[in-house]
Amino acid sequence: MTRILATASAEARIVLRNRWVAIAIAMMAVFSLVLSATGSAPTGALGADPLSVIIASLTSLAVYLVPLIALLMSFDAIAGEVERGTLPLVLTYPIRRSEILLGKFAAHLAALALAVAVGYGLAAGAAFLSDTGSAAGLPALLRLFWTSLLLGGAFLAIGYALSALARRPGAAAGLIIGLWLVMIVLYDLSLLAAIVADDGGWFTTDIFPWLLIANPADAFRLYNLAASEATAAAAGLGGAAATIAPLHALASLLLWPLGALALAVFAFRKVTP
Amino acid sequence: MTTLTLSNVTKTFGDMRALDAVGFTVAAGERVALIGHNGAGKSTLMKILLGLIPATAGDIEVCGAAPGSDAARQHVAYLPENAAFHSALTGLETLRMYLRLRGERPDQAMSLLDRVGLADAAKRRISTYSKGMRQRVGLAQALIGHPRLLVLDEPTSGLDPVSRRDFYTMLDKLAAEGAAILLSSHALTEVEARTDRIVILSRGKLVADDTLAGLRRRAALPIRLQIRARPGEADAVAAELAGGRQNGVMVDLTCTPEDKLLRLGQIAGLGPLVEDVDVVPPSLEDIYSHFSQVGAEGDRP
Repeated sequence: MTRILATASAEARIVLRNRWVAIAIAMMAVFSLVLSATGSAPTGALGADPLSVIIASLTSLAVYLVPLIALLMSFDAIAGEVERGTLPLVLTYPIRRSEILLGKFAAHLAALALAVAVGYGLAAGAAFLSDTGSAAGLPALLRLFWTSLLLGGAFLAIGYALSALARRPGAAAGLIIGLWLVMIVLYDLSLLAAIVADDGGWFTTDIFPWLLIANPADAFRLYNLAASEATAAAAGLGGAAATIAPLHALASLLLWPLGALALAVFAFRKVTP
Repeated sequence: MTTLTLSNVTKTFGDMRALDAVGFTVAAGERVALIGHNGAGKSTLMKILLGLIPATAGDIEVCGAAPGSDAARQHVAYLPENAAFHSALTGLETLRMYLRLRGERPDQAMSLLDRVGLADAAKRRISTYSKGMRQRVGLAQALIGHPRLLVLDEPTSGLDPVSRRDFYTMLDKLAAEGAAILLSSHALTEVEARTDRIVILSRGKLVADDTLAGLRRRAALPIRLQIRARPGEADAVAAELAGGRQNGVMVDLTCTPEDKLLRLGQIAGLGPLVEDVDVVPPSLEDIYSHFSQVGAEGDRP
C-alpha cells in the first residue's frame, strides 16, 4: 500500500506540474458554463427544474469530454517511462507492475475527479442562481459525478493498456485518438446505421441493447438518463433507455474499469525495459 | 559468503549471442569491475541479474534468491547507465518516492542528497540538473537502505575527477560494511586501484576474471625500458644493449617481465655511459586490449 501511495503522490505532482489538471479543469469549466448558459432556456415548457435540464446536457458533454481527458492523461503513462528510460530503475525496486499502475491510476483519477467536480459544481451553481428549486436535481448530479469517475476510470485504464502496447508516446497518442473516435463517435453512428438498415428486426430488439451497454460511454449515458425520469424526458431519449435495465448499464460501467485495468496490467507485464 | 553467483549465463537475441556461458561470483564486501567495449554484453548481463530480462540459459543466484524475485529486489540496488528521472519532480521528491518504495522513512532524502553533494539543488526540478547531477541522484537512490548488492552501470561516466574519487571512497565504505559491488566500465584506467577483482567481457564471452596483478602476470606483456644516455653516447649505449635509438639521448628496450632484472643489471653495468633509466610497465589499456583481442581471436573459426 505504501508503494502504491508513493507512486500516486509522485504521479499527482507530475500531473499537476505538466498542467494536465489545469487543462482538464479549464475544459470542464468552460463547457459546463456554456451549457448552463444556453441550456436553461427551454425549462419552462418541460416543467423540469433548471438543474435537471443542465444535468441532461452535462451527461452528453461528459460522454465526449471525460473519456478524452482520461485518455490524454494516461497515454504517456508507460510509453513515456519507456522513452525516458525511467522504467528499468523502478522495476528493480520491490514494487509490482500492478502496483505501479494502481498508483498512477489513483493520481490520475483524483485529477479527473477534481476537474469533473469543478465543472459540474460551476454548472450547479449557475442553476441555483437562476432557480432555488434546483435542489431536486442534486441526487442526479451526484450520480452523474460518480458515474463520470467510473467512465473516466475505464478510459484511464484503456489508455494505460494502449500505452503499454504502443511503447512509444507518439504511437500511443495516435492510438488513443483513434480509439476515442471509434468508441465515442463511430460506435454510435454505426449502431444507428445498423438500426436503420434492420428496420425494427431482431437486431434492434435483441442485439442492439446489449451492444449499446457494451460500450462504457453509452452505458454511462443510459444509466444517467434512465435513472432520472426528468432528465430522460428533457433529453428526449427515454425510448432507447427504457428497453435496458439501468442495472445492466451500471454493471457495464463497473466492469469496464476493472476489466481494462486487468488488461493494462497484462499488457504492462509484456513490456521489456 | 557469495552474494552473486552466475554460471553459464547465456543470452541470445535472435541469432546474436549477447552473452556466451558467462560465469563468475561476487562475494560480500568485494568490489568487482566488469570491463568491456560498448556492446560487449555488460548492460545485458546487469539487466539479467536484476531480473529485468530473462537469461536464455544458465543459473543465477542473487542474495540466495532468483533474479528479479521479491527477495532479491529487496536487497539489490541498481544505478542504470545514464540514470533518468522524471524531469518535473525535484531531486528531493524523487528520492522521497524511492525511499518509500523501499519501505524506508522518506525524511532521509535530504541526508542522502547531502552525501552525494546535491543538498543545494535538492529543491530544484531535475529538468534543471546537469548530466553529472542526475548521475548523483542515481547514486543517492542506490544508497537507500543497506543494499547487499550494488549493481552500477558505468557509474562514473559524467563525473569529474574529484567526484569520481569521492564516489570510489563511498564505495570503499559500502564494501567495508559488507556490500557486494559490481560496477561496469569501458575503461580499465577508470577502475584501476579501486576494485578487488576485474572481469573482462569481450563479445559476450568472459575472457578474464582476476586481480589487476594477476591480469598483469597472465598477460606477460613486454616491459619497456627507457634509457637516457650521456650526451653523445646514445649510439654506444644502443650498440651495447642491442636496443633501438629513439633520438639523440634516448634508447628504448623492451623485455619480458622475467628478463627485467637481467637487463637492468646490464644497464647498470654500462656505468658512466648512462644518465638515467625508466621502467615503463604495460599500461592498463595495453593489458585490456591484450585480453579483448584474446577474446576476439577465440571467436574466429
